[in-house]
Amino acid sequence: MTATTVNTHTDSTAALKKERRRAIAFGVFFLIVAAAILVLFIFNTDSQMVSTLKLNPTTRNKPIHVPDLVLPTQLTLIVLMIITGAIGAYQLGRGFKNAATALGVVFLLFIAAFLVWATRNKAINLLGILSFTVAAATPIAFAGLSGVMCERSGVINIAIEGQMLVGAMIAVLVASVTGSQWFGLGAAIISGAVLGAVLAVLAIRFIVDQIIAGVAINIFGLGITSFISQRYMQPNPELNTGGVFPRIAIPFLSKIPVIGPIFFNQNAIVYILFLTVLVMHFMLWYTQWGLRTQAVGEHPRAADTLGINVFRIRYINVIIGGMIASIGGAYLTIGSVGRFDENITAGKGFIGLAAMIFGQWTPLGTYGASLIFGFSDALQAKLQILGKVQVPIPSEWLLILPYLITIIVLAGVVGRTVPPAADGQPYIKE
Amino acid sequence: MDESSSHSVTPKSKDAKKKSSSWASAMVVPLLAVFTALVIGALLIAFTDPVVLDAWKHFFADPMGALAATWQSIAVAYGALLSGSLGLVEIWKALGVWLHGGGTEALAVAMVPLSESLTASVPFIFAGLAVAVGFQGGLFNIGAEGQLLVGALSAVYVGYSFPGLPIYIHLPMALIAGFIGGAIWGAIPGLLKAYTGGHEVITTIMMNWIIISISAWLLKVGGPMSRGELPITPEVLPSAQIPKFFSTQGNRFHAGFFLALITAFLIFWLLYKSTKGFEIRMLGANFKAAVYSGINVKHLWVFVMALSGALAGMAGTVQALAIDHWVGMGFSGGMGFDSIALALLGRSHPLGVVLAALLFGTLRNGATRMQSVAHIPIDIITIIQALVIVFIAAPEIIRWLYRLRQPEGEEAPIFTTSWGS
Amino acid sequence: MAPVLELRNITKQFPGVLANDHINLRLEEGEILALLGENGAGKSTLMNILYGLYEPDEGEVFIRGEQVAIEGPADAIRQGIGMVHQHFMLIPVLTVTENVMLGDETVSTPIRILKRDKVAARIRELSEQHGLHVDPDARVQSLSVGVRQRVEIIKVLYRHANILILDEPTAVLTPQEADELFDILRSLRQQGVSIIFISHKLREVLELADRVMVIRRGKVVGETKTEEADQAQLAEMMVGRQVALTVAKGPAQVGEPVLEVKDLYVMDDRLQMTVDGVSLTVHAGEVLGVAGVQGNGQTEFVEALTGLRQVRAGKVSIDGEDITNASPRKLVEAGVAHIPEDRQADGLVLRFPVADNFVINTYYKPPFAKGWRVNRAAIDEQAERLIRDFDIRTPSAYVPVSNLSGGNQQKVIVAREFSRPIRLLVANQPTRGLDVGSIEYIHQQLINKRDAGVAVLLVSAELDEIMGLSDRIAVMFHGKITAVVDANEVSKEQVGLMMAGSSLEEALKQAPARSDAPIEAIL
Repeated sequence: MTATTVNTHTDSTAALKKERRRAIAFGVFFLIVAAAILVLFIFNTDSQMVSTLKLNPTTRNKPIHVPDLVLPTQLTLIVLMIITGAIGAYQLGRGFKNAATALGVVFLLFIAAFLVWATRNKAINLLGILSFTVAAATPIAFAGLSGVMCERSGVINIAIEGQMLVGAMIAVLVASVTGSQWFGLGAAIISGAVLGAVLAVLAIRFIVDQIIAGVAINIFGLGITSFISQRYMQPNPELNTGGVFPRIAIPFLSKIPVIGPIFFNQNAIVYILFLTVLVMHFMLWYTQWGLRTQAVGEHPRAADTLGINVFRIRYINVIIGGMIASIGGAYLTIGSVGRFDENITAGKGFIGLAAMIFGQWTPLGTYGASLIFGFSDALQAKLQILGKVQVPIPSEWLLILPYLITIIVLAGVVGRTVPPAADGQPYIKE
Repeated sequence: MDESSSHSVTPKSKDAKKKSSSWASAMVVPLLAVFTALVIGALLIAFTDPVVLDAWKHFFADPMGALAATWQSIAVAYGALLSGSLGLVEIWKALGVWLHGGGTEALAVAMVPLSESLTASVPFIFAGLAVAVGFQGGLFNIGAEGQLLVGALSAVYVGYSFPGLPIYIHLPMALIAGFIGGAIWGAIPGLLKAYTGGHEVITTIMMNWIIISISAWLLKVGGPMSRGELPITPEVLPSAQIPKFFSTQGNRFHAGFFLALITAFLIFWLLYKSTKGFEIRMLGANFKAAVYSGINVKHLWVFVMALSGALAGMAGTVQALAIDHWVGMGFSGGMGFDSIALALLGRSHPLGVVLAALLFGTLRNGATRMQSVAHIPIDIITIIQALVIVFIAAPEIIRWLYRLRQPEGEEAPIFTTSWGS
Repeated sequence: MAPVLELRNITKQFPGVLANDHINLRLEEGEILALLGENGAGKSTLMNILYGLYEPDEGEVFIRGEQVAIEGPADAIRQGIGMVHQHFMLIPVLTVTENVMLGDETVSTPIRILKRDKVAARIRELSEQHGLHVDPDARVQSLSVGVRQRVEIIKVLYRHANILILDEPTAVLTPQEADELFDILRSLRQQGVSIIFISHKLREVLELADRVMVIRRGKVVGETKTEEADQAQLAEMMVGRQVALTVAKGPAQVGEPVLEVKDLYVMDDRLQMTVDGVSLTVHAGEVLGVAGVQGNGQTEFVEALTGLRQVRAGKVSIDGEDITNASPRKLVEAGVAHIPEDRQADGLVLRFPVADNFVINTYYKPPFAKGWRVNRAAIDEQAERLIRDFDIRTPSAYVPVSNLSGGNQQKVIVAREFSRPIRLLVANQPTRGLDVGSIEYIHQQLINKRDAGVAVLLVSAELDEIMGLSDRIAVMFHGKITAVVDANEVSKEQVGLMMAGSSLEEALKQAPARSDAPIEAIL
């Protein structure tokens, strides 16, 4: 067997036409976004309006003061529209090499336009939104990194959602009993390792279709967490009060204007995320483990012929992947709200997979993509403060945004980015 | 692999269609899978029971007590499950009363649990067929939950919006609305897969969350489909309700059951007797060969997803028009996952799906009684389903547990193609 | 002195096949030993056992007189065994350096950071020492097949192997690239490396090896020093009977043009223009053979002709009717039959019964379809007939086609494609990996179709197959048809040169002209 994947959609009848059509579709899509900025936002403003974006935190931890951003609404929107239009035109004409990045930039431009428009003649704390973005991106990023970890070694982990759910519940349960969030986090990581091992055994030892194995774990995760929640946590509310990791302002770094309050005044799990991203990036490209992981994900038989134990690497990566996912789950409880609710993950595991694809199976890219998802989340949460007159859109519609972005990302980026060649394929020794 | 093995056997005639024995052996693993999952569920029930745990603390002082408490806990729970789902003992007794000249009232009451189980299996049949059709075509539809909700919302909307129509016009209208609603919601991921390459597993899940958000908006108090002060839809008019068969209190057995069986037969016919089904199965078995054979794969993907969505939509439709008569948030709870387990358990064959649905309907129905009598959260069924999926997908585990031999020539069931960006 | 390597009584049973039956083998120091045998004889199995990829059912391995246990490739590498596999074991997205170091990385502790520079320097050294010309920083996916093979050799040398196994190394090379490879191998032999060379091509075995071992049906059937070898005898040993050296065929009765291709441009999956302006015509009643080393655009060319790949520019017509970019279905209706290159991936639905595989491109038409219904009776009746007519060995028409042997699977495809009236037959590698019996059968079928007035386009990487069957030969090189010649007027060597990129004039000048077919022509 050769290393080529069974391309279910790379319908070879039309690889070229499709590629060109996709490039054009992208250009048209970008132009539509530009037009949307014009119709939805610019037409609903006048030249007198001003949008104020505050850049200083309201918390006690004050960095060096910077002036707030006071923008002429209409002019700013026109500039954003022109940039978006230019990107669209370039895409139509010559085409970007890296579609994922272009798509990401256009998303950001549109969301920025929306933000500027929504704050016309009002002020909003941009810093607050961005800080919330980093928070909201955290579980998605953990999910995505878990995906990177597994898929780089050739195992699809669609069980992330279930691993996160169990992690979220175990974290709050243990934190409630022991009174320590750190114990909660530790227990969550162990649960993630166990569920990762289950996936690994099913996928590697029993050669179960990896998607089905993942779905089974997701269903199990949903069932077991709901079961325990109803059997123990609802009758005993004290088991569902794990507390929350406190915010820690990192000395010096948190004093940097704008950047400081956004990135360096978060809680421990967010810092663990930063560390995970950097370590994974380094490990993947510069170490023996990284090289072997790539080899196993691309061409397991080749790795095998060089004496590399394909199964061992896959086991290790999938188990670590489960652990990473469960940290993301723990963040949902002891990292933010402090309590567990049934199905608290609400699809974040799958959004994380989209972030992974968007980020082209790289740790840094995945984190970047997570921030975009987090931003849309943050907007949705914060814009309600501005009121119905200012933002005449039902909040439920804004809730759709991350899911919609995920679909667009999948539709637009998959096929242009290349997953590990042996992704999802069981390795069978002869 | 070497080619030299020449089969010396000459072609035989049709009697070589080895069927009878494979039927029996095909049943063994699913049955053992369900049995094993139930055993694990029992252990879970017992060892999360404070009474049992307490008894085990004194195991060395009173070993029989610990075992007895464990048995007691399981017996109460599964006893409730059985009486709530089948109620055979009650039926037996009521039969005795009737045969000795008593009235039929007691029998009618005793039949309620059994007929409720059949009733509960109706949406399962549709939803299981939905996922099974997808599997047959090589598509993994995890979006049954959303499609079901769209179907129910469409059907209920038609059901309450057109007063004054006779039932023979209004009911079909509502059914068709649900069918089309689900078909549209399923076709979108199909289109996305065919024309952009977005993998259906993620897009269908995203479509679930989208419809859940939309229905939150539709149904919230003051929303477009809300019932005044309540966050649910208005009541479906009687002219669009699926008729029930019995007037006994609590017996909700309805015509939808037969609609489900007819649908299952039609799907069977479609898959195994029609040229369309030949195409679908070819697409699922070998995508590249399907292209080679001249099938328009993109159209077929959209068709299969639309059909799958329509069947899921019917699950919601029948439930809403026959049982609830309205839709609220949480209407579809968990059904998407149920449907996957059903299709796997039924080996993606319509007959298998019907049997699996009857089993799950029975379990779900009994679990309601178990929850009220033994205070076991109904989610235990979800756990059991997850275990069933694992055991069906990895039959090796079952064979190892029960020391079964690998049946000769049986192929590992392949349900989906993977990622394949 | 004990031999470098000795295998004793190696036996390996696969389901239904005894792949190795008590095989004994000795390899002396600094020797090139050829393992000769037809496809499926068990050569690769034996070497995969030696390399630790398969576990033998019985038998022992001795290295320099000492018994060793080889449980995996890691053990083999430790014993100084290196293997270049038939399908290269390279990871396209990684660089040469990364591919070479993989599994034996030079790292700095404690977290094992890769030292790419050191390895790259060593690769340059090895490359110079053996004249391999490999750039360590290049990505493998950008390298040609010949260079990739040299990367494989560097991988082996990097691990200080002194026993080198090459599995069908010339299958993907032009004759000229093969000669380069032979030079490299001879120089390695001089430096004391012992080499096992697997092949089914008699000519190159006699040219390169010191000693030849012939394997048939899992058994050693003969062994000889190359200089004492008798070609005809070796050939007979290989196939186990007197082989018909040529396909019996009369002169072609050439008719009207059927397939006409004009200025065809096609891209591959990576959007490279792999078919670069091809024009050719195939007439009724002739076999046009497309000769070319694998990967010169033949696959894409065939896919474009059969509706599986988009044509970027140019025109394809059948009997004058434009069928450019027509769907596979339309082509089937226009009378095109296609024997695909990868029969299991493209040509068969392995899970479907044999009977259903006979109708996968005609199921929608009467008599197999009655309206929306599948007409089982008609399908069954056809199945019985085809199984009988094409002598397909199967327990019944209702077992999954995956249960059949490769030769019988190919017969299923041939039977299906021949079961309807056709004008054009496109056969891509129709006999790859088949046993001699099946090859003969399929060759005869192709000729029969030709004689029945069908236009046959044969694509094959086996030059002998092209030479034996074609009436005219078109040489494909780098996506272009570089020459179209009458098969009776050129020698194998001349075609080989053209496959390597020589022009027709150069080839005619440089290579010996056609004499009568040498004995290995059919193998």
